[in-house]
Amino acid sequence: MAAARSSVVDLADLRARKGADITGQIFLGLLLISVALAFAMVGAVFWDVLVEAWDIISTRLWDFVRSPSSSDPAKAGVAQGIRGSLLIAGIVMLTFPIGIAGAIYLEEYADDTWATRLIQVTVRNLAGVPSIVYGLLGLAVFVQGLRGLTGGSSVVAAGITLAVLVLPVVVITSAEAVRAVPGSMREGAYGLGATQWEVIRSQVIPAAMPGILTGTVLAIARALGEAAPLLVIGAAGFYTTGNNDFLEQLQGAFTALPMNIANFSRLPAQTWRGHAAAASVVLLAMVFMINLVAIIARARITKKLGR
Amino acid sequence: MHMTESETRPDISLAADLRVSPDDAPVAPDVFTVRNLNVFYGDLRAVSDVDIDVREREITALIGPSGCGKSTVLRCFNRMNDLIDIARVEGSVLYQGIDLYDPQVDPVAVRRRIGMVFQKPNPFPKSIYDNVAYGPKVAGQKGNLDEVVERSLRSAGLWEEVKDRLKSSALGMSGGQQQRLCIARAIAVNPDVLLMDEPCSALDPIATGRIEELMKEIQNEYTIVIVTHNMQQAARVSDRTAFFTAELDEGTGQRRGKLVELDDTGTIFSNPADERTEAYVTGRFG
Repeated sequence: MAAARSSVVDLADLRARKGADITGQIFLGLLLISVALAFAMVGAVFWDVLVEAWDIISTRLWDFVRSPSSSDPAKAGVAQGIRGSLLIAGIVMLTFPIGIAGAIYLEEYADDTWATRLIQVTVRNLAGVPSIVYGLLGLAVFVQGLRGLTGGSSVVAAGITLAVLVLPVVVITSAEAVRAVPGSMREGAYGLGATQWEVIRSQVIPAAMPGILTGTVLAIARALGEAAPLLVIGAAGFYTTGNNDFLEQLQGAFTALPMNIANFSRLPAQTWRGHAAAASVVLLAMVFMINLVAIIARARITKKLGR
Repeated sequence: MHMTESETRPDISLAADLRVSPDDAPVAPDVFTVRNLNVFYGDLRAVSDVDIDVREREITALIGPSGCGKSTVLRCFNRMNDLIDIARVEGSVLYQGIDLYDPQVDPVAVRRRIGMVFQKPNPFPKSIYDNVAYGPKVAGQKGNLDEVVERSLRSAGLWEEVKDRLKSSALGMSGGQQQRLCIARAIAVNPDVLLMDEPCSALDPIATGRIEELMKEIQNEYTIVIVTHNMQQAARVSDRTAFFTAELDEGTGQRRGKLVELDDTGTIFSNPADERTEAYVTGRFG
């Protein structure tokens, strides 16, 4: 019976037991250490790159950004690499609608059959294929097979190859964003007599947009950072920029920032100090700017959605 | 969708004519006539051999313990079960004499006439105005929707509360307001029928009372079918009540929903024909 139980409570009864949650505290500590370690490593990379690049950044940053490649360390710059990387980013972005459409098809339209599942598994696997393999694909298909279209080892061939490389990432992240749209929202729209297309266009895509944007930013950042496929495709180390028109530039010799970095780092360090690091800073700045645009776009959409 | 007289319609009116009501009061014509309804989720038979009539401009409540199939039945009235891949419906669901599961019937057109309010308020992440205007827009209404929006919000008793912030997000409203917004949104497409799937289960008693008042106010214009876990709610708002139960199938070992009885709400709660109903409404079971 409950009669025997005392109703008097002492403060000691309500105090936390000593060592009650020791494993929880240890776990929290480990988590904090991991976070600190991650920050420290990123910080160290930035610091190292900035210190190495400081000579060039502090003296001739503008000149470095605007000058083409040169055999003179005091004149050499990454203008060609910046242009190549921007063109590649542009071509990659042109293929995003394909990836997003594929994701919407897989999530919203495709029946759950073995074929659909095979495609989903394949896309996931493709996202894990080493980039050098995509380089070989690019060499065989876009440089040699479709030479008439791409002009051989060109920025177009590189752009399409990198687009194929990041497309699985776009599909996977977009599909996840579409899947995360709550079913209650779809039901609400269906319940009002919306067709499947209307539900997707007016509810699913807007609600999934922030997630899709995140995926596309990751994809661009990856495409901008890849050097291996470009090496296989045949990006030039040094070339002279003529007065070609835009179309000829698309199909002619090209380079990109990761190629610049790779080339600079192979040159003798006494005279080429800091060039690779300075090119890295330029590449990082580019990725950050793209990130910034995406964050702003994301914030605006989220605000519009009222969250 | 063609809302023409179908072959089956004369039978239905005949059935209505033949029904004997105790005091010979005029009986509202049937909006829904459900016969031998069976719903399967894959191999599982969720609902077994349900016959139900829903009368025009009445509130019909579907009550019963969890898993008795009442929500599943409700979702047959506007073909929401179509959205579940593995769901299969057998039997006939006649809406004004037309079989809703006829291959010629477009579920989209059905849902424009038979609106639905869900268990959890699910406003779109848009402005209050855009939430209400959404239905009319997808139904093809062009031009200025201010009037429809105002009329719908007034019907849902929400206008005075939100008229100054129509452009702000619906997600900033309280749960009760959100649910009334969902009712306004459903009313905006001018449906015949409103289906409500436990509309108050996520709301506090005051918001619940507000929704119940609202149902009473609009029942002259709409036929309402409500699924509820709350027996007092069924007793308070509905004209007729259908009691469902979950029965164990000896052969398969699965539980499946069955309709026990459908009668005037007063009868169901005071003098039900079946002892299972009595056990449930008096709180001895469920």
